[in-house]
Amino acid sequence: MAVVRETKLPGVGVRHEFTTEDGDDIGVLVHHDGRREILVYDSDDPDKCSSVVALSAADTRTVSELLGASQVTEAVTAVQQEIEGLAIEWIELTAASPAAGATIGDGMYRTKTGSSIVAVIRDGESIPAPGPEFPMSAGDVIVAVGTVDGLAAMREIIRR
Amino acid sequence: MLFAAGSSEVALAFVEIGALVLGLALLSRVAGRVGLTAVPLYLIAGLAIGEGGIVSLRVSRDFFEIAAEIGVLLLLFALGLEYSDSELRDGLKTGIRPGLVDMALNAVPGVALGLILGWDPLAAVLLGGVTWISSSGVISKALSDFGRLGFRETPAVLNLLVIEDLAMAVYLPVVAALIVGGTMLATVTSVAIALVTVAIILLAALRYGRRISNLVAGGSDETFLLTVFGITLLVAGVAQQLEVSGAIGAFLVGLALSGRAEDRANQLISPLRDLFAATFFLFFSFQIDPADLVDAAIPALVLAVVTSLTKVATGWYAAGRVGAAPKGRMRAGTVLIARGEFSIVIAALGSSLLNGPDLGALAASYVLITAIIGPVAAKFADEIPIPTRLMRRAPQPALK
Repeated sequence: MAVVRETKLPGVGVRHEFTTEDGDDIGVLVHHDGRREILVYDSDDPDKCSSVVALSAADTRTVSELLGASQVTEAVTAVQQEIEGLAIEWIELTAASPAAGATIGDGMYRTKTGSSIVAVIRDGESIPAPGPEFPMSAGDVIVAVGTVDGLAAMREIIRR
Repeated sequence: MLFAAGSSEVALAFVEIGALVLGLALLSRVAGRVGLTAVPLYLIAGLAIGEGGIVSLRVSRDFFEIAAEIGVLLLLFALGLEYSDSELRDGLKTGIRPGLVDMALNAVPGVALGLILGWDPLAAVLLGGVTWISSSGVISKALSDFGRLGFRETPAVLNLLVIEDLAMAVYLPVVAALIVGGTMLATVTSVAIALVTVAIILLAALRYGRRISNLVAGGSDETFLLTVFGITLLVAGVAQQLEVSGAIGAFLVGLALSGRAEDRANQLISPLRDLFAATFFLFFSFQIDPADLVDAAIPALVLAVVTSLTKVATGWYAAGRVGAAPKGRMRAGTVLIARGEFSIVIAALGSSLLNGPDLGALAASYVLITAIIGPVAAKFADEIPIPTRLMRRAPQPALK
Protein backbone atom coordinates (compact mmCIF):
# COMPACT_ATOMS: atom_id res chain seq x y z
CA MET A 1 0.00 0.00 0.00
CA ALA A 2 1.23 3.51 -0.82
CA VAL A 3 2.21 5.89 1.94
CA VAL A 4 -0.71 8.21 2.64
CA ARG A 5 0.37 11.62 3.81
CA GLU A 6 -2.00 13.38 6.17
CA THR A 7 -2.12 17.15 6.62
CA LYS A 8 -4.40 19.02 8.99
CA LEU A 9 -6.12 22.13 7.66
CA PRO A 10 -7.18 24.21 10.67
CA GLY A 11 -10.79 25.30 10.43
CA VAL A 12 -11.35 23.15 7.35
CA GLY A 13 -10.54 19.49 7.88
CA VAL A 14 -7.88 16.95 6.99
CA ARG A 15 -6.18 16.33 3.66
CA HIS A 16 -4.92 12.86 2.73
CA GLU A 17 -2.78 12.40 -0.34
CA PHE A 18 -0.56 9.84 -1.95
CA THR A 19 1.38 9.14 -5.12
CA THR A 20 -0.08 6.49 -7.38
CA GLU A 21 2.09 3.78 -8.89
CA ASP A 22 2.07 5.74 -12.14
CA GLY A 23 3.44 8.73 -10.29
CA ASP A 24 0.32 10.91 -10.15
CA ASP A 25 -0.49 12.71 -6.93
CA ILE A 26 -4.06 12.38 -5.78
CA GLY A 27 -5.76 13.17 -2.53
CA VAL A 28 -8.96 13.43 -0.56
CA LEU A 29 -9.91 16.44 1.53
CA VAL A 30 -12.27 15.56 4.38
CA HIS A 31 -14.11 18.62 5.70
CA HIS A 32 -15.09 18.83 9.37
CA ASP A 33 -18.72 18.76 8.30
CA GLY A 34 -18.25 15.47 6.42
CA ARG A 35 -18.12 16.83 2.86
CA ARG A 36 -15.24 15.47 0.83
CA GLU A 37 -13.25 16.65 -2.14
CA ILE A 38 -11.22 14.51 -4.49
CA LEU A 39 -8.03 16.30 -5.45
CA VAL A 40 -5.94 15.58 -8.51
CA TYR A 41 -2.62 17.38 -8.48
CA ASP A 42 -1.17 19.08 -11.53
CA SER A 43 1.90 17.35 -12.94
CA ASP A 44 3.53 20.67 -13.95
CA ASP A 45 2.90 22.46 -10.66
CA PRO A 46 2.61 19.73 -8.02
CA ASP A 47 1.35 22.24 -5.43
CA LYS A 48 -1.75 22.90 -7.43
CA CYS A 49 -4.82 20.76 -8.07
CA SER A 50 -5.66 20.48 -11.73
CA SER A 51 -9.09 19.25 -10.80
CA VAL A 52 -11.19 19.17 -7.68
CA VAL A 53 -14.42 17.20 -7.32
CA ALA A 54 -16.70 18.01 -4.39
CA LEU A 55 -18.62 15.06 -2.95
CA SER A 56 -21.56 15.04 -0.57
CA ALA A 57 -21.77 12.32 2.07
CA ALA A 58 -23.97 10.25 -0.26
CA ASP A 59 -21.56 10.75 -3.19
CA THR A 60 -18.73 9.59 -0.99
CA ARG A 61 -20.55 6.34 -0.25
CA THR A 62 -21.19 5.85 -3.96
CA VAL A 63 -17.56 6.37 -4.89
CA SER A 64 -16.23 4.12 -2.15
CA GLU A 65 -18.76 1.50 -3.14
CA LEU A 66 -17.51 1.71 -6.74
CA LEU A 67 -13.92 1.44 -5.63
CA GLY A 68 -14.70 -1.44 -3.28
CA ALA A 69 -13.51 0.13 -0.09
CA SER A 70 -12.54 -2.09 2.76
CA GLN A 71 -15.50 -2.33 5.10
CA VAL A 72 -13.19 -2.77 8.06
CA THR A 73 -11.43 0.52 7.48
CA GLU A 74 -14.75 2.33 7.18
CA ALA A 75 -15.98 0.87 10.43
CA VAL A 76 -12.76 1.57 12.26
CA THR A 77 -12.69 5.15 11.02
CA ALA A 78 -16.22 5.63 12.29
CA VAL A 79 -15.19 4.34 15.71
CA GLN A 80 -12.16 6.60 15.72
CA GLN A 81 -14.27 9.64 15.00
CA GLU A 82 -16.55 8.82 17.89
CA ILE A 83 -13.90 8.18 20.49
CA GLU A 84 -11.49 11.00 21.11
CA GLY A 85 -7.88 9.90 21.51
CA LEU A 86 -8.28 6.58 19.72
CA ALA A 87 -5.96 6.04 16.77
CA ILE A 88 -5.62 3.40 14.07
CA GLU A 89 -2.39 2.21 12.63
CA TRP A 90 -1.52 0.01 9.68
CA ILE A 91 1.64 -1.99 10.34
CA GLU A 92 3.21 -4.16 7.68
CA LEU A 93 4.94 -7.33 8.77
CA THR A 94 8.37 -7.81 7.30
CA ALA A 95 10.03 -11.23 7.06
CA ALA A 96 12.33 -10.19 9.91
CA SER A 97 9.45 -9.34 12.24
CA PRO A 98 9.17 -11.61 15.29
CA ALA A 99 5.40 -11.54 14.75
CA ALA A 100 5.60 -13.22 11.33
CA GLY A 101 4.91 -16.91 11.78
CA ALA A 102 3.50 -16.46 15.28
CA THR A 103 -0.16 -16.17 16.28
CA ILE A 104 -1.72 -12.99 17.59
CA GLY A 105 -2.07 -14.61 21.01
CA ASP A 106 1.68 -15.36 21.10
CA GLY A 107 2.48 -11.69 20.79
CA MET A 108 0.35 -10.73 23.82
CA TYR A 109 -0.09 -7.31 22.22
CA ARG A 110 -3.11 -6.28 24.20
CA THR A 111 -1.45 -7.09 27.49
CA LYS A 112 1.77 -5.35 26.55
CA THR A 113 0.50 -2.30 24.73
CA GLY A 114 -3.22 -1.96 25.41
CA SER A 115 -3.78 -1.91 21.64
CA SER A 116 -5.86 -4.46 19.74
CA ILE A 117 -5.46 -5.97 16.31
CA VAL A 118 -8.86 -5.52 14.71
CA ALA A 119 -8.08 -6.79 11.23
CA VAL A 120 -5.38 -8.28 9.06
CA ILE A 121 -5.05 -7.41 5.40
CA ARG A 122 -3.54 -10.26 3.38
CA ASP A 123 -3.15 -10.22 -0.42
CA GLY A 124 -5.52 -7.27 -0.64
CA GLU A 125 -8.27 -9.11 1.29
CA SER A 126 -9.18 -7.95 4.75
CA ILE A 127 -9.81 -10.47 7.50
CA PRO A 128 -11.86 -8.73 10.19
CA ALA A 129 -11.59 -9.51 13.90
CA PRO A 130 -8.88 -12.22 13.82
CA GLY A 131 -8.84 -14.38 16.98
CA PRO A 132 -5.83 -15.01 19.24
CA GLU A 133 -5.04 -18.24 17.38
CA PHE A 134 -4.72 -16.41 14.04
CA PRO A 135 -1.28 -17.05 12.49
CA MET A 136 0.33 -14.03 10.90
CA SER A 137 2.88 -14.16 8.14
CA ALA A 138 5.33 -11.85 6.46
CA GLY A 139 3.64 -9.42 4.06
CA ASP A 140 0.47 -9.15 6.19
CA VAL A 141 -0.67 -5.67 7.09
CA ILE A 142 -2.20 -5.56 10.53
CA VAL A 143 -4.76 -2.93 11.43
CA ALA A 144 -4.47 -2.02 15.10
CA VAL A 145 -6.50 0.29 17.29
CA GLY A 146 -5.33 1.93 20.50
CA THR A 147 -3.89 5.07 21.94
CA VAL A 148 -1.07 6.80 20.07
CA ASP A 149 1.44 5.61 22.67
CA GLY A 150 0.07 2.07 22.69
CA LEU A 151 0.35 1.87 18.93
CA ALA A 152 3.89 3.18 19.01
CA ALA A 153 4.73 0.41 21.49
CA MET A 154 3.09 -2.18 19.23
CA ARG A 155 4.97 -0.94 16.20
CA GLU A 156 8.17 -1.21 18.21
CA ILE A 157 7.47 -4.84 19.13
CA ILE A 158 6.43 -5.86 15.63
CA ARG A 159 9.14 -4.04 13.76
CA ARG A 160 11.93 -5.19 16.05
CA MET B 1 -35.16 54.81 25.15
CA LEU B 2 -36.38 54.17 21.66
CA PHE B 3 -39.51 52.10 22.22
CA ALA B 4 -40.90 54.30 24.92
CA ALA B 5 -40.95 57.21 22.51
CA GLY B 6 -43.97 58.37 20.53
CA SER B 7 -45.32 55.97 17.94
CA SER B 8 -44.38 58.17 14.98
CA GLU B 9 -40.81 58.13 16.19
CA VAL B 10 -40.88 54.34 16.47
CA ALA B 11 -42.24 54.13 12.97
CA LEU B 12 -39.49 56.37 11.67
CA ALA B 13 -36.87 54.28 13.49
CA PHE B 14 -38.21 51.12 11.89
CA VAL B 15 -38.06 52.72 8.49
CA GLU B 16 -34.49 53.89 9.02
CA ILE B 17 -33.25 50.60 10.39
CA GLY B 18 -35.09 48.59 7.79
CA ALA B 19 -33.86 50.69 4.90
CA LEU B 20 -30.27 50.60 6.12
CA VAL B 21 -30.24 46.86 6.74
CA LEU B 22 -31.77 46.30 3.32
CA GLY B 23 -29.07 48.50 1.87
CA LEU B 24 -26.48 46.31 3.59
CA ALA B 25 -28.14 43.23 2.13
CA LEU B 26 -27.82 44.71 -1.32
CA LEU B 27 -24.13 45.47 -0.74
CA SER B 28 -23.47 41.98 0.54
CA ARG B 29 -25.10 40.59 -2.59
CA VAL B 30 -22.94 42.77 -4.82
CA ALA B 31 -19.84 41.71 -2.88
CA GLY B 32 -20.77 38.06 -3.28
CA ARG B 33 -21.17 38.52 -7.03
CA VAL B 34 -17.72 39.94 -7.55
CA GLY B 35 -16.13 37.54 -5.08
CA LEU B 36 -15.20 40.07 -2.42
CA THR B 37 -16.00 40.41 1.25
CA ALA B 38 -18.72 42.89 2.03
CA VAL B 39 -16.71 44.66 4.75
CA PRO B 40 -15.27 47.42 2.49
CA LEU B 41 -18.72 48.09 1.05
CA TYR B 42 -20.24 48.38 4.53
CA LEU B 43 -17.52 50.87 5.38
CA ILE B 44 -18.38 52.96 2.33
CA ALA B 45 -22.05 52.80 3.26
CA GLY B 46 -21.19 54.04 6.75
CA LEU B 47 -19.41 57.04 5.24
CA ALA B 48 -22.43 57.82 3.12
CA ILE B 49 -24.75 58.08 6.13
CA GLY B 50 -22.22 59.72 8.46
CA GLU B 51 -21.45 63.36 9.15
CA GLY B 52 -21.48 65.23 5.88
CA GLY B 53 -22.73 62.17 4.03
CA ILE B 54 -25.66 61.97 1.66
CA VAL B 55 -28.33 60.88 4.14
CA SER B 56 -28.32 61.10 7.90
CA LEU B 57 -29.83 59.05 10.67
CA ARG B 58 -32.39 60.87 12.75
CA VAL B 59 -33.74 58.55 15.37
CA SER B 60 -32.04 55.17 15.04
CA ARG B 61 -28.52 56.28 16.00
CA ASP B 62 -28.85 54.81 19.50
CA PHE B 63 -29.92 51.50 18.09
CA PHE B 64 -26.96 51.33 15.72
CA GLU B 65 -24.57 52.36 18.44
CA ILE B 66 -25.50 49.50 20.75
CA ALA B 67 -25.89 47.04 17.86
CA ALA B 68 -22.36 47.94 16.73
CA GLU B 69 -21.03 47.25 20.24
CA ILE B 70 -22.71 43.85 20.21
CA GLY B 71 -21.26 43.32 16.74
CA VAL B 72 -17.70 43.66 18.05
CA LEU B 73 -18.44 41.23 20.86
CA LEU B 74 -19.83 38.64 18.48
CA LEU B 75 -16.98 39.11 16.00
CA LEU B 76 -14.46 38.41 18.72
CA PHE B 77 -16.54 35.61 20.16
CA ALA B 78 -16.50 33.98 16.72
CA LEU B 79 -12.75 34.58 16.42
CA GLY B 80 -12.23 32.72 19.68
CA LEU B 81 -14.53 30.00 18.45
CA GLU B 82 -12.96 29.58 15.05
CA TYR B 83 -10.43 26.89 15.81
CA SER B 84 -10.76 23.80 17.95
CA ASP B 85 -8.46 23.21 20.90
CA SER B 86 -6.42 20.59 19.01
CA GLU B 87 -5.96 22.97 16.10
CA LEU B 88 -4.71 25.65 18.48
CA ARG B 89 -2.31 23.14 20.05
CA ASP B 90 -0.97 22.08 16.64
CA GLY B 91 -0.69 25.71 15.63
CA LEU B 92 1.39 26.47 18.69
CA LYS B 93 3.65 23.50 17.99
CA THR B 94 4.44 24.21 14.36
CA GLY B 95 3.57 27.80 13.71
CA ILE B 96 5.70 29.85 16.07
CA ARG B 97 8.42 30.72 13.56
CA PRO B 98 6.22 31.70 10.63
CA GLY B 99 4.09 33.57 13.18
CA LEU B 100 7.05 35.60 14.37
CA VAL B 101 8.11 36.35 10.80
CA ASP B 102 4.53 37.43 10.10
CA MET B 103 4.53 39.78 13.06
CA ALA B 104 7.97 41.23 12.34
CA LEU B 105 7.27 41.88 8.67
CA ASN B 106 3.72 43.16 8.93
CA ALA B 107 3.27 44.85 12.30
CA VAL B 108 6.51 46.85 12.09
CA PRO B 109 5.55 48.92 9.00
CA GLY B 110 2.31 49.96 10.71
CA VAL B 111 4.03 50.96 13.93
CA ALA B 112 6.70 52.80 11.95
CA LEU B 113 4.19 54.80 9.95
CA GLY B 114 2.28 55.69 13.11
CA LEU B 115 5.46 57.06 14.66
CA ILE B 116 6.42 58.90 11.46
CA LEU B 117 3.01 60.59 11.48
CA GLY B 118 3.82 61.75 14.99
CA TRP B 119 1.11 59.74 16.75
CA ASP B 120 1.43 58.69 20.35
CA PRO B 121 3.19 55.32 20.63
CA LEU B 122 0.03 53.44 21.62
CA ALA B 123 -1.86 54.55 18.52
CA ALA B 124 1.17 53.47 16.48
CA VAL B 125 1.10 50.05 18.13
CA LEU B 126 -2.58 49.75 17.24
CA LEU B 127 -1.78 50.67 13.64
CA GLY B 128 0.77 47.85 13.77
CA GLY B 129 -2.06 45.51 14.74
CA VAL B 130 -4.17 46.81 11.88
CA THR B 131 -1.49 45.94 9.33
CA TRP B 132 -0.45 42.71 11.03
CA ILE B 133 -3.65 40.64 11.11
CA SER B 134 -4.87 39.18 7.84
CA SER B 135 -8.59 38.72 7.42
CA SER B 136 -9.37 35.08 8.10
CA GLY B 137 -12.90 35.69 6.78
CA VAL B 138 -11.74 36.98 3.40
CA ILE B 139 -8.96 34.43 3.10
CA SER B 140 -10.91 31.30 3.91
CA LYS B 141 -13.64 32.46 1.55
CA ALA B 142 -11.09 33.14 -1.20
CA LEU B 143 -9.39 29.77 -0.74
CA SER B 144 -12.65 27.92 -0.92
CA ASP B 145 -14.06 30.01 -3.82
CA PHE B 146 -10.90 29.51 -5.85
CA GLY B 147 -10.92 25.77 -5.08
CA ARG B 148 -7.52 26.01 -3.44
CA LEU B 149 -8.21 24.20 -0.20
CA GLY B 150 -6.37 21.13 -1.48
CA PHE B 151 -3.32 23.02 -2.69
CA ARG B 152 -0.04 22.25 -0.99
CA GLU B 153 0.58 25.78 0.28
CA THR B 154 -2.87 26.07 1.88
CA PRO B 155 -2.01 24.49 5.26
CA ALA B 156 0.78 27.04 5.64
CA VAL B 157 -1.72 29.85 5.06
CA LEU B 158 -4.29 28.42 7.45
CA ASN B 159 -1.70 27.76 10.14
CA LEU B 160 -0.61 31.36 9.90
CA LEU B 161 -4.21 32.44 10.50
CA VAL B 162 -4.35 30.20 13.59
CA ILE B 163 -1.19 31.79 14.95
CA GLU B 164 -2.53 35.28 14.30
CA ASP B 165 -5.65 34.24 16.16
CA LEU B 166 -3.56 33.12 19.14
CA ALA B 167 -1.41 36.23 18.94
CA MET B 168 -4.56 38.34 19.14
CA ALA B 169 -5.35 36.58 22.42
CA VAL B 170 -2.27 38.23 23.88
CA TYR B 171 -2.14 41.43 21.84
CA LEU B 172 -5.73 42.60 22.34
CA PRO B 173 -5.89 42.38 26.13
CA VAL B 174 -2.51 44.06 26.48
CA VAL B 175 -3.32 47.02 24.25
CA ALA B 176 -6.81 47.26 25.74
CA ALA B 177 -5.25 47.50 29.21
CA LEU B 178 -2.73 50.06 27.97
CA ILE B 179 -5.49 52.18 26.47
CA VAL B 180 -7.36 52.29 29.76
CA GLY B 181 -4.06 53.60 31.10
CA GLY B 182 -3.95 55.50 34.38
CA THR B 183 -0.89 55.54 36.56
CA MET B 184 2.11 53.40 35.72
CA LEU B 185 1.25 50.97 38.49
CA ALA B 186 -2.41 50.73 37.52
CA THR B 187 -1.47 50.05 33.91
CA VAL B 188 1.02 47.36 34.81
CA THR B 189 -1.55 45.77 37.11
CA SER B 190 -4.29 45.74 34.48
CA VAL B 191 -1.93 44.34 31.83
CA ALA B 192 -0.91 41.63 34.29
CA ILE B 193 -4.55 40.86 35.17
CA ALA B 194 -5.45 40.68 31.49
CA LEU B 195 -2.56 38.35 30.67
CA VAL B 196 -3.17 36.07 33.63
CA THR B 197 -6.88 35.84 32.79
CA VAL B 198 -6.08 34.99 29.18
CA ALA B 199 -3.53 32.39 30.25
CA ILE B 200 -5.96 30.75 32.66
CA ILE B 201 -8.81 30.68 30.16
CA LEU B 202 -6.56 29.44 27.36
CA LEU B 203 -5.17 26.70 29.58
CA ALA B 204 -8.62 25.74 30.81
CA ALA B 205 -9.90 25.68 27.24
CA LEU B 206 -7.06 23.43 26.11
CA ARG B 207 -7.32 21.15 29.15
CA TYR B 208 -10.97 21.08 30.14
CA GLY B 209 -12.59 22.65 27.07
CA ARG B 210 -14.67 19.59 26.45
CA ARG B 211 -16.04 19.44 29.96
CA ILE B 212 -16.79 23.15 30.16
CA SER B 213 -18.50 22.97 26.80
CA ASN B 214 -20.60 19.98 27.76
CA LEU B 215 -22.09 22.07 30.55
CA VAL B 216 -23.67 24.46 28.06
CA ALA B 217 -23.92 22.29 24.95
CA GLY B 218 -27.29 20.70 25.72
CA GLY B 219 -30.85 21.88 25.33
CA SER B 220 -32.88 23.06 22.37
CA ASP B 221 -31.47 25.48 19.81
CA GLU B 222 -33.37 28.25 21.53
CA THR B 223 -31.96 27.46 24.96
CA PHE B 224 -28.49 27.14 23.59
CA LEU B 225 -28.61 30.38 21.63
CA LEU B 226 -29.88 32.32 24.61
CA THR B 227 -27.33 30.70 26.95
CA VAL B 228 -24.34 31.47 24.76
CA PHE B 229 -25.50 34.96 23.84
CA GLY B 230 -26.22 35.68 27.49
CA ILE B 231 -22.86 34.38 28.71
CA THR B 232 -20.99 36.33 26.05
CA LEU B 233 -22.64 39.63 26.91
CA LEU B 234 -22.40 39.00 30.63
CA VAL B 235 -18.70 38.13 30.57
CA ALA B 236 -18.04 41.06 28.25
CA GLY B 237 -19.87 43.38 30.62
CA VAL B 238 -17.96 42.14 33.64
CA ALA B 239 -14.68 42.41 31.72
CA GLN B 240 -15.58 45.98 30.81
CA GLN B 241 -16.27 46.73 34.49
CA LEU B 242 -12.84 45.33 35.37
CA GLU B 243 -11.48 47.58 32.62
CA VAL B 244 -10.18 44.65 30.58
CA SER B 245 -12.34 45.57 27.52
CA GLY B 246 -15.57 43.74 26.80
CA ALA B 247 -14.34 42.50 23.45
CA ILE B 248 -11.64 40.44 25.17
CA GLY B 249 -14.23 38.90 27.47
CA ALA B 250 -16.24 37.78 24.46
CA PHE B 251 -13.10 36.47 22.78
CA LEU B 252 -12.29 34.36 25.83
CA VAL B 253 -15.80 32.91 25.96
CA GLY B 254 -15.33 31.84 22.35
CA LEU B 255 -11.96 30.29 23.17
CA ALA B 256 -13.36 28.35 26.08
CA LEU B 257 -16.02 26.64 23.98
CA SER B 258 -15.06 23.53 22.06
CA GLY B 259 -16.47 20.26 20.80
CA ARG B 260 -20.21 20.11 20.37
CA ALA B 261 -20.83 23.50 21.95
CA GLU B 262 -18.40 24.98 19.43
CA ASP B 263 -20.19 23.38 16.48
CA ARG B 264 -23.59 24.52 17.68
CA ALA B 265 -22.38 28.03 18.45
CA ASN B 266 -20.86 28.25 14.99
CA GLN B 267 -24.17 27.31 13.50
CA LEU B 268 -26.48 29.34 15.69
CA ILE B 269 -24.44 32.44 16.48
CA SER B 270 -23.06 33.02 12.97
CA PRO B 271 -26.26 34.55 11.58
CA LEU B 272 -26.54 36.76 14.64
CA ARG B 273 -22.89 37.78 14.26
CA ASP B 274 -23.35 38.61 10.58
CA LEU B 275 -26.26 40.89 11.43
CA PHE B 276 -24.57 42.77 14.25
CA ALA B 277 -21.11 42.81 12.66
CA ALA B 278 -22.56 44.49 9.57
CA THR B 279 -23.91 47.27 11.78
CA PHE B 280 -20.51 47.51 13.48
CA PHE B 281 -18.69 48.16 10.19
CA LEU B 282 -21.39 50.61 9.20
CA PHE B 283 -21.21 52.46 12.48
CA PHE B 284 -17.41 52.46 12.50
CA SER B 285 -17.10 54.48 9.32
CA PHE B 286 -20.25 56.42 10.25
CA GLN B 287 -18.12 58.09 12.91
CA ILE B 288 -15.31 58.92 10.51
CA ASP B 289 -15.08 62.47 9.29
CA PRO B 290 -14.76 62.34 5.48
CA ALA B 291 -12.18 65.11 5.73
CA ASP B 292 -9.95 62.81 7.82
CA LEU B 293 -10.39 60.14 5.19
CA VAL B 294 -9.01 62.39 2.47
CA ASP B 295 -5.97 63.10 4.66
CA ALA B 296 -5.57 59.38 5.29
CA ALA B 297 -5.69 58.33 1.63
CA ILE B 298 -1.99 58.77 0.79
CA PRO B 299 -0.57 57.15 3.97
CA ALA B 300 -3.10 54.31 3.61
CA LEU B 301 -2.05 53.68 0.03
CA VAL B 302 1.65 53.68 0.92
CA LEU B 303 0.98 51.39 3.85
CA ALA B 304 -1.15 49.06 1.72
CA VAL B 305 1.59 48.74 -0.91
CA VAL B 306 4.34 48.13 1.64
CA THR B 307 2.39 45.64 3.74
CA SER B 308 1.08 43.83 0.67
CA LEU B 309 4.69 43.16 -0.26
CA THR B 310 5.52 42.08 3.29
CA LYS B 311 2.53 39.73 3.40
CA VAL B 312 3.66 38.21 0.11
CA ALA B 313 7.09 37.72 1.68
CA THR B 314 5.46 36.14 4.75
CA GLY B 315 3.41 33.74 2.66
CA TRP B 316 6.44 33.01 0.50
CA TYR B 317 8.42 32.04 3.58
CA ALA B 318 5.64 30.03 5.28
CA ALA B 319 4.72 28.11 2.13
CA GLY B 320 8.40 27.39 1.46
CA ARG B 321 8.54 25.63 4.80
CA VAL B 322 5.89 23.13 3.69
CA GLY B 323 7.77 22.45 0.47
CA ALA B 324 5.71 24.54 -1.94
CA ALA B 325 7.32 25.65 -5.21
CA PRO B 326 7.62 29.35 -6.20
CA LYS B 327 4.20 29.51 -7.83
CA GLY B 328 2.57 28.04 -4.75
CA ARG B 329 4.55 30.38 -2.52
CA MET B 330 3.32 33.34 -4.57
CA ARG B 331 -0.28 32.13 -4.24
CA ALA B 332 0.14 31.82 -0.47
CA GLY B 333 1.62 35.30 -0.25
CA THR B 334 -1.01 37.08 -2.30
CA VAL B 335 -3.96 35.43 -0.60
CA LEU B 336 -2.69 36.73 2.75
CA ILE B 337 -2.75 40.39 1.63
CA ALA B 338 -6.40 40.97 2.56
CA ARG B 339 -7.02 42.69 5.90
CA GLY B 340 -10.54 43.04 7.13
CA GLU B 341 -12.76 42.68 10.15
CA PHE B 342 -10.05 42.50 12.82
CA SER B 343 -8.08 45.43 11.54
CA ILE B 344 -11.25 47.45 12.05
CA VAL B 345 -11.83 45.94 15.49
CA ILE B 346 -8.29 46.89 16.52
CA ALA B 347 -8.70 50.42 15.19
CA ALA B 348 -12.02 50.72 17.04
CA LEU B 349 -10.27 49.81 20.31
CA GLY B 350 -8.25 52.99 20.00
CA SER B 351 -11.15 55.32 19.27
CA SER B 352 -10.78 57.01 22.64
CA LEU B 353 -7.13 57.89 22.04
CA LEU B 354 -5.99 61.35 21.01
CA ASN B 355 -5.12 60.03 17.54
CA GLY B 356 -8.16 57.75 17.51
CA PRO B 357 -9.98 59.57 14.67
CA ASP B 358 -6.84 59.54 12.48
CA LEU B 359 -6.33 55.86 13.26
CA GLY B 360 -9.94 55.08 12.38
CA ALA B 361 -9.80 56.92 9.07
CA LEU B 362 -6.45 55.39 8.13
CA ALA B 363 -7.59 51.88 9.09
CA ALA B 364 -10.82 52.23 7.12
CA SER B 365 -9.11 53.33 3.93
CA TYR B 366 -6.34 50.76 4.44
CA VAL B 367 -8.87 47.93 4.78
CA LEU B 368 -10.77 49.23 1.75
CA ILE B 369 -7.61 49.00 -0.33
CA THR B 370 -6.23 45.66 0.91
CA ALA B 371 -9.58 43.85 1.00
CA ILE B 372 -9.94 44.65 -2.69
CA ILE B 373 -6.41 44.11 -3.99
CA GLY B 374 -5.89 40.99 -1.83
CA PRO B 375 -8.43 38.68 -3.47
CA VAL B 376 -7.69 40.13 -6.91
CA ALA B 377 -3.96 39.52 -6.53
CA ALA B 378 -4.67 36.04 -5.18
CA LYS B 379 -6.89 35.23 -8.13
CA PHE B 380 -4.21 36.14 -10.66
CA ALA B 381 -1.26 34.95 -8.55
CA ASP B 382 -0.19 32.38 -11.14
CA GLU B 383 0.29 35.14 -13.72
CA ILE B 384 2.52 37.25 -11.49
CA PRO B 385 6.03 37.04 -12.92
CA ILE B 386 8.49 35.69 -10.39
CA PRO B 387 12.13 36.79 -10.73
CA THR B 388 14.13 33.93 -12.23
CA ARG B 389 16.56 34.20 -9.35
CA LEU B 390 13.74 32.99 -7.09
CA MET B 391 12.59 30.34 -9.55
CA ARG B 392 15.84 28.40 -9.27
CA ARG B 393 14.14 25.84 -7.11
CA ALA B 394 12.15 23.71 -9.48
CA PRO B 395 8.80 22.35 -8.32
CA GLN B 396 9.49 19.48 -6.00
CA PRO B 397 7.80 16.13 -6.29
CA ALA B 398 5.20 15.70 -3.60
CA LEU B 399 7.17 13.12 -1.65
CA LYS B 400 9.82 14.63 0.50
